[in-house]
Amino acid sequence: MNGEVIGGYLMPYQPLPVLAPEANPGWASLAKSAEAIRAEIEASGADLLLLFSTRWVSIIGHQMQADPNPEWWVVDEDFHEFGTLHYSLRMDPELATCYRDTARARGLHARTVAYHGFPLDIGTITTLRLINPDNRIPASVVSCNAYSDRAETLVLGKAAADAVRKTGRKAIAIGVTALSDRMFSRWIDPGEDRIHSQKDDEWNRKLLELLDDGRLEDVSQLAREFSRQANGDSRMKAIWWLAATMGQHNNYAGTVFDYQPVWGTGAAMVGLQPDERDAGDLEYDEDDAEFFHGDRNVLATQANE
Amino acid sequence: MSHPGRIVAGVLSPHPPHLIYASNPEQNEPRSSQAGAWNGLLDGYEKLRAELASVDYDVLIVHTPHWKTHTGHHFLGVPHFEGKSVDPVFPNLFRYNFRLDVDVELSEAIHDEAEAAGLSTRMMRNPEFRVDYGTITSCHLVHPALNKPVVAISSARTAFDYSNAAGDQEMLALGQATRRAIAATGRRALCLASNSLSHRHFTEEPEDPEDPAFEHAYNANQTAWDRHILALMRAGESRRIFDEMPDYTEQCVAETKDGCLSWLLAAMDFPTMAAKLHGYGTVIGTGNAVVSWNLDAAREEVGV
Ligand SMILES: [Fe+2]
Repeated sequence: MNGEVIGGYLMPYQPLPVLAPEANPGWASLAKSAEAIRAEIEASGADLLLLFSTRWVSIIGHQMQADPNPEWWVVDEDFHEFGTLHYSLRMDPELATCYRDTARARGLHARTVAYHGFPLDIGTITTLRLINPDNRIPASVVSCNAYSDRAETLVLGKAAADAVRKTGRKAIAIGVTALSDRMFSRWIDPGEDRIHSQKDDEWNRKLLELLDDGRLEDVSQLAREFSRQANGDSRMKAIWWLAATMGQHNNYAGTVFDYQPVWGTGAAMVGLQPDERDAGDLEYDEDDAEFFHGDRNVLATQANE
Repeated sequence: MSHPGRIVAGVLSPHPPHLIYASNPEQNEPRSSQAGAWNGLLDGYEKLRAELASVDYDVLIVHTPHWKTHTGHHFLGVPHFEGKSVDPVFPNLFRYNFRLDVDVELSEAIHDEAEAAGLSTRMMRNPEFRVDYGTITSCHLVHPALNKPVVAISSARTAFDYSNAAGDQEMLALGQATRRAIAATGRRALCLASNSLSHRHFTEEPEDPEDPAFEHAYNANQTAWDRHILALMRAGESRRIFDEMPDYTEQCVAETKDGCLSWLLAAMDFPTMAAKLHGYGTVIGTGNAVVSWNLDAAREEVGV
């Protein structure tokens, strides 16, 4: 079978646009913008939503959700007073299993999880509520390893593309992530939400300018610097994963659907469609990897020699 | 005893769900092989429970790393919770059916004291909230009957969003607020810091997670730092631990970053008594110690 990744999106993880759109016009705008993304995905003929969520943190390698119908509810750790999100989702266990195998074939430690009552993360639940509320398209989500760096995350993205090809899916890849990830550490009046600092805002806009040009690989190359400057969410692993899953190039048509502050963080919705046009010179300053060789635990390695 | 409201004892009670898994309690769904990887820690908890058998307390107050709040310090404010807690990180080991009563009055009192001290605070009133597995695990291991009410305090992300030192300063204020609230409400409180010490994990797991052949410290740096901190505990140098905490947290990738131990030391007003080490061991590479400061026993000794 020859499946392919037919497009990609960035979605924010914060649940407030779903929990309380009426509390802030920016949050309402995000919920509204998601409708356009939903329509675009439905028109694409995709049969899989393939997610990487920075809110699902793993320690043991990489976990793929393989419960065909996870059902439970989640109350946000911070925003519990805005209510409860109940969910009943449609997942693609066959893809999850294949993804586990393709990840293992590239040296990664990977496993599927399917447990009654498993707490799906707030980013996955929020994103699927916004763009796939009726479960029309099956989804799959992989965790974000707390320790993985760029090379390991790229390998995980390439394994995702392998799994899509092998299973013959027409997949939409979705990185669930904030851009700048500095939340206000005090309780704010939702009406007064803004990006935490002007510097964060400027960095977010720079990134979005590149994404609007479809330059996903350039953004992937820039991710470390962005994280340093703007406290990028989970070191922007979602960008690394998305770029690797989508083929590591700049030839996309980019659309910034929305950009709003959510409790100080940069919440952006971006679409990327493969495009024939050449987006210009690439500068590859960063590492690349096809295979994962394990933790670089140098101190322990020396001790054992 | 002349102090009705007081901390009767403080405990460092780490929460690896592995320890629940290894003991196969009826509340937990998965069954372990009991191959013994974590026996040192399980023995430590057993010794701790034996010591606490002669300590009277009304309530457990637990500061937990696994309720992570960016908007300040949050407190459980619902009298009863029950449900199923599945660890998102180790779901193969921990799927635990819990029931928990909350001392809401004390919870509110700590909240109010913390707010008056200038901290950002929030009461958690949503009855559908899933109590975090750190709280459940530490409470279960310290007091398996779970028939006393609990106060759970979230881990504010100050150290993560700003700096370790800034986080510890907030924990100092939070600990002092906790102490005042306990005195004001007349509670005899057992305070639990739920964190591990060194906290770099292996990212792989053996076929049998409890295989003792696999279990060891992540590397020698982690062990050296842990030993240093434990030596200070046993020497009664809790103020010095607090002073060194930002460096320890940084250089040892320690779970003290989440603030529990700093909060506990401050709540106990930096005891100079020698702490008792009940057990130390590694869990998937991380360093964990079961340690108690039996403050009531120390008071008795000096006749206070
Ligand atoms: Fe932990």
